[in-house]
Amino acid sequence: MHDQQETMLTELMSIDFAIIELNLYLDTHPNDQRAIEMYNMNVQKSKQIREQYEMLFGPLTARYSTSKKSWQWISNPWPWNKNFMNRIEG
Amino acid sequence: MWVYEKKLEYPIKIKNANPRMAKYIITQYGGPDGELGASLRYLSQRFSMPTEEAKAILNDIGTEELAHLELVGSIVSQLTKNIPPKILEEQGLGGYYTDHDHAIYPVSASGVPFSAASIQSKGDSIADLYEDLAAEQKARATYENLIRLCDDPDVIDPLRFLREREVVHFQRFGEALMIVQEKLNKKNFFVNKKIF
Repeated sequence: MHDQQETMLTELMSIDFAIIELNLYLDTHPNDQRAIEMYNMNVQKSKQIREQYEMLFGPLTARYSTSKKSWQWISNPWPWNKNFMNRIEG
Repeated sequence: MWVYEKKLEYPIKIKNANPRMAKYIITQYGGPDGELGASLRYLSQRFSMPTEEAKAILNDIGTEELAHLELVGSIVSQLTKNIPPKILEEQGLGGYYTDHDHAIYPVSASGVPFSAASIQSKGDSIADLYEDLAAEQKARATYENLIRLCDDPDVIDPLRFLREREVVHFQRFGEALMIVQEKLNKKNFFVNKKIF
């Protein structure tokens, strides 16, 4: 994984984490308007970055992403691989 | 249903192998207070929860635990990648190597395979939510033990993240318990009545 991909993925991961955290908070505080606004804002941001990321680097999900001529979903690295977020050396 | 996302919930970037630490950390994959048990516990209990809030929190925390299972598996995999059998044996993984090679298998730190006997799904929302609160504290304590045994910042960092999630989940389960108790205590409801 190269610099630009890692930078974009890190940004997406941090926004998606905020979404998870706000989701859990809202489950037990469903009428907190400020949290709902924050949730909606993060979902919008996530959608934008996701779209750009998938156009440049391939699908994040098999279910909601389209593929180019070859089936890109299977391409290495997978998230648990050591080089998934380490810059490829050499 | 679920949709897999080709990314982790938190980055795992481990430069140096450490099979000894992997032997301990795998307990959060398949041990009694690990992420597999956590996910199964919450995703099973959600079917008998009485309020919208409780159903949602068990569903969503149960789902997040699956992401944590993947994080723990990734840590163990990276800590043992390409390590020769003799070194695995020297660092306490000889038995594990014999049965599972370099694969990831759900066991505790002492080698006991995953057991559903370490979780409960009682059909009583108060009993279940109290169990969930205890489960989060036991998982937090386990992550703290692991952090004490570890001296690699690449490994401590994701362990700290996982520990913090246990604290947040405990908070959310506490709120869900209060919401359920309030509903159960309303007039015309018996405290032990499971279905409203």
